[in-house]
Amino acid sequence: MKRIEGISKLTGRERYVDDLPLEGFLWGATVRSPAARGRIKAIHFGTDIDWSQFVIVDHRDIPGPNEVAMIERDMPILAASEVRHAHEAILCLAHPDRHELRRAVASVRVEIEPEEPYLDFVAEPTQSQIQYGSDNVFKHIAVNKGDVEQALAEADVIIEGVYETGAQEHVYIEPQGMVAWEDDAGVLRLTGSLQCPYYVLNALMHGLNRTAEQVRVIQASTGGAFGGKEDYPSIIGLHTALLTLKAGCPVKMIYDRGEDLAATTKRHPSHIRHRTGFARDGRLLAQDIDIRLDAGAYVTLSPVVLSRCVIHAAGPYQCANVRINGQAVMTNRVPFGAFRGFGAPQSHFANERHMDAAARQLGIGPAELRRINLIRDGQQTATGQVINDGTDRVGLLDDALSRADYGRLREAHRAFNASNPYRRRGIGIATFHHGAGFTGSGEVDLASVVNVAGLADGRVEVQVANTEMGQGALTVLTQIAAARLGYDTNDIVIAPADTALVPNSGPTVASRTAMVVGFLIEQACDDLQAGVMQAAACDQRPVGAHLKQAIQIVVSQTEDHQPIIGSATYGKPPDVHWDEATYTGSAYGTYAWAAYVASVEVDLRTFVTTVTDFVAVQEIGTVLNEGLARGQIEGGVVQAIGWALSEECLWDEQGGMSNAQLTNYIIPTSCDVPLNIDVGFVENPYAYGAQGAKGIGELPMDGPAAAVLNAIADATGVNPTVVPMTPERLMELLVPNE
Amino acid sequence: MSDQTAHGTVPIACSINGRAYSLDVQVNERLLDVLRYRLGLTGTKEGCGEGECGACTVLLDGLPVNSCLVPAYQVDGRSVETVEGTDEQWAAHLHEHGTTQCGACTPGVVMTARWLDDTNPEDLSVREALAGNLCRCTGYRGICEGIKATLKARQQSSNEEGNP
Amino acid sequence: MRVCMPTTLSDACSMLADAGTAGRVMAGGTDLLVDWPQRAHEHDDTIWIDLSRVTPLRRITCADHVLRLGALTTYWDVVQSEQAAEAFPLLKQAARVVGSLQIQTRGTWAGNIMNGSPAADGVLALMAYDTTIELRSTAGVRRVSLDTFYTGYRSTVARADEILESIVLRRHRYRIQYFEKIGTRQAQAITKVGLALTQDSADHSWRVVMNSMAPTVTRCPALEGVLSAQQPMAGPDAWLPIIDADVSPIDDLRSTSRYRRVVAARLLHSALADRCDWIGQ
Repeated sequence: MKRIEGISKLTGRERYVDDLPLEGFLWGATVRSPAARGRIKAIHFGTDIDWSQFVIVDHRDIPGPNEVAMIERDMPILAASEVRHAHEAILCLAHPDRHELRRAVASVRVEIEPEEPYLDFVAEPTQSQIQYGSDNVFKHIAVNKGDVEQALAEADVIIEGVYETGAQEHVYIEPQGMVAWEDDAGVLRLTGSLQCPYYVLNALMHGLNRTAEQVRVIQASTGGAFGGKEDYPSIIGLHTALLTLKAGCPVKMIYDRGEDLAATTKRHPSHIRHRTGFARDGRLLAQDIDIRLDAGAYVTLSPVVLSRCVIHAAGPYQCANVRINGQAVMTNRVPFGAFRGFGAPQSHFANERHMDAAARQLGIGPAELRRINLIRDGQQTATGQVINDGTDRVGLLDDALSRADYGRLREAHRAFNASNPYRRRGIGIATFHHGAGFTGSGEVDLASVVNVAGLADGRVEVQVANTEMGQGALTVLTQIAAARLGYDTNDIVIAPADTALVPNSGPTVASRTAMVVGFLIEQACDDLQAGVMQAAACDQRPVGAHLKQAIQIVVSQTEDHQPIIGSATYGKPPDVHWDEATYTGSAYGTYAWAAYVASVEVDLRTFVTTVTDFVAVQEIGTVLNEGLARGQIEGGVVQAIGWALSEECLWDEQGGMSNAQLTNYIIPTSCDVPLNIDVGFVENPYAYGAQGAKGIGELPMDGPAAAVLNAIADATGVNPTVVPMTPERLMELLVPNE
Repeated sequence: MSDQTAHGTVPIACSINGRAYSLDVQVNERLLDVLRYRLGLTGTKEGCGEGECGACTVLLDGLPVNSCLVPAYQVDGRSVETVEGTDEQWAAHLHEHGTTQCGACTPGVVMTARWLDDTNPEDLSVREALAGNLCRCTGYRGICEGIKATLKARQQSSNEEGNP
Repeated sequence: MRVCMPTTLSDACSMLADAGTAGRVMAGGTDLLVDWPQRAHEHDDTIWIDLSRVTPLRRITCADHVLRLGALTTYWDVVQSEQAAEAFPLLKQAARVVGSLQIQTRGTWAGNIMNGSPAADGVLALMAYDTTIELRSTAGVRRVSLDTFYTGYRSTVARADEILESIVLRRHRYRIQYFEKIGTRQAQAITKVGLALTQDSADHSWRVVMNSMAPTVTRCPALEGVLSAQQPMAGPDAWLPIIDADVSPIDDLRSTSRYRRVVAARLLHSALADRCDWIGQ
């Protein structure tokens, strides 16, 4: 099935938030902190502006508590007396003319009495830099399995390494944007570019002191998100809403690219230390892993990002003794938040680079070292979760190697490198996994609800809060419902992601939509069929045309032709047990598994790395839509290649992003990436996913950085440990400054 | 010489998607703003305002340009093509190959593709031509293959028409 | 903000003279309109002299070993011009990498010169040839060699009342023509290290030009001297002291001083070792 909204997008008819017709509205904008940390001494309004023409909102205009409701409530909606990071929001302004508005924002000067910021998350904070607890650590998570010290003492070889990754910006092509207005019934409506309508709803209810009935959040077509529109829309949503309430008319706030780059969340920078004990034959005996993530100025989603980072840190390997210590540290940078992979890319980069370095030191081939240690059915992960899914992880690796023609290429590269004066080719592997759905008891806590409604004309409407943001959710959820009901896909309708119309089926994050929400849709379809069967007194479960007909009859018999509803609520699969206190048990219901192989060519004159070939083989349960799935993998791999080689947030002395322009934050163009990514799927249906599907969206972000840097190591003989491995960094490794 | 100097607004006459328009534009207005906010042609997107992302690509006298970098008054006497002028059949070709995901870069991609279709430039590959259209979803394979297949299909059908 | 839209060059010159220090000349707008909504209010008092209606400036002429590019000539115009591409191949190479297609169709060579960016790729190619620019004002025409046009970071010998009318390239026969741009990525990138070389086949004189290595795009007299003397070079590192005599690259958002020096040396060495037998490997 082709993407449902494809033609609408290809002809420019699709309406995103800034495209929606809107009359009599004001543009909104934000005045931000110039400083990393300090007390707000004064706000000076420029005398060249007629301020009576502007709506001005500050923290005193907030009806509820000045808190953005997320995991914690530490982030103010608008800074009141202190700021904790550069570009933190302080005031919001609105005016009918966008040019005048920009002029006004530029004329406001915020005077800050500076305090010492904490910007280097790897260094221990000094006393005057401490702003949270006794050590600025927002969250500490530990995993302990076996006896690491004992195992290290007995190991034949101990290999250590430190790995670092930088902040990555989402660069969804559509910047953040919201429109808010109050309808005739006094309901505050908000529509915008967002992933999770109910997250925004909760934030509005809390900050505006309104009930669920007084607020309504509707997703507009969303031009890319990648996690960047998971948490941040709560903030811009609150700002837009506050302006609307004060102005008494609709307000539209659309970020410029520069503001979006500078002020919104990014991927957490990481600093990860591995100390690993091996037997001489390559068996992993002990993994001792320290993780430090830069969380930025407020908690946002950092505890759960850290959780996923920690749980994936030991990789897809069997090891009897594992100790992982993870910390998410508060700094005076922009808050880091959700981004495709959610902590796992950092973990897998470190671990897979480390495995390669270890292979070299052990004198064992990198593929062989992985074959030796890849987890087999019946073995346990770091949290003690027994893996028993029937997936042949070694076979997956061998499939990837054979698709890449690994053995022959390695030889060919050696010959090429020996004869070429300045080009070096190499090949690198990464094997990794990604837990599907929310971590630990997250799905249970969400208690997602899905409805499907049989309509008067016999069509069935799927009512979920999950959103299309380019990944193909509309299409896949349609397919799932149609298949379950025996319907033509044209007879399935997906309801708008509008909190007034759909139940809370949980956020569109964590690669959970097709698997978890899709599975609930199947159950809700079953419930609908059972309801129709009963109401229409059928002899057997109606499907397809019979069902459609039966729905028409049943609905026509009800008073005012109300749709007949089937419903489902999330229930924990029976074999999933998680202990949050000890961090043991089934961290996820299931995992997707992958083996990626990257080939690179490095130019020793310019130190530019080109990824020439890429093989991505994964086991993701059932593949629901091969075209869309392939698009997810290819897009994820390319986004990860950007992170690996060129995408870097640079910081100024106030901790703000100094390269907040697309000219200087370098994402790949069509000429920077391989167009021949060989995507392979191995299918092993998962009992609790729709049609057997597991999560897919985040997986391809996890492995490529390590595979690419492993290939650089293979090509050049150096040991790169940092992403992005820019030409400048690679030069420093290849031609060290004397 | 006074008629050559403008404060505030400038009257312009131009063709957009084959239709004639007479407008008064602000001297500091960009073509992108005129299309989107005056004429409601919201298919053309603003992704960066720096001339980097190409989401605002339109054809100006048949050549692809970033409409965020074109002063609106310069369009006087010229013709503009936007994504709204795209034939649905034409778009259907691209649809076969996963050319669009989130859709934000898509209008710009479509305009670059239409230029390739119109001009068939020699010694410029689809991949090179697309370097000014940043996409964050597809990894570009779907876009490049979609365009190649579209160009090929269109060429074949026009050959068939030419040689019955 | 005011916009003047002259239809003749002499009107344009008068308008620019009248505008005084508030006057600024606009052609394709690819530099001037970057982040325009955020910067428009900085131009409340600017008087733009927009050349787009001065259609004679669009012309490319090629005669008697002279290529003349009018001020409105775009990169794309040169890509399309067989004469220009044949006579001065580095121009086409530069045009193709200066920016995306969307920039090539709007950006002008004259704008690239007058904007004065040290990273200007068009200027890199032009300076590798015998290029003169003609600056027009109400006082008449002045011809300036492109080699001596820049006086410092974004500063030139052009007066505020002068408009670049034409770029004039005098054709020589060349033994070597080489252009290399190393940008922040493979396409649509700003240059981190740029190098252009030509050697005249008649008098064997060299032009070595670098961009993004100094406050201006610049010729490199020390390197040219070494090449003219046919001094053998032991390897890439041997070029470093000579590069240091000519340019002074900095650390910025896009790269580091050290990267720029090391890469310039390696590009020079590999380009010349392939083309000059006296260099050595």
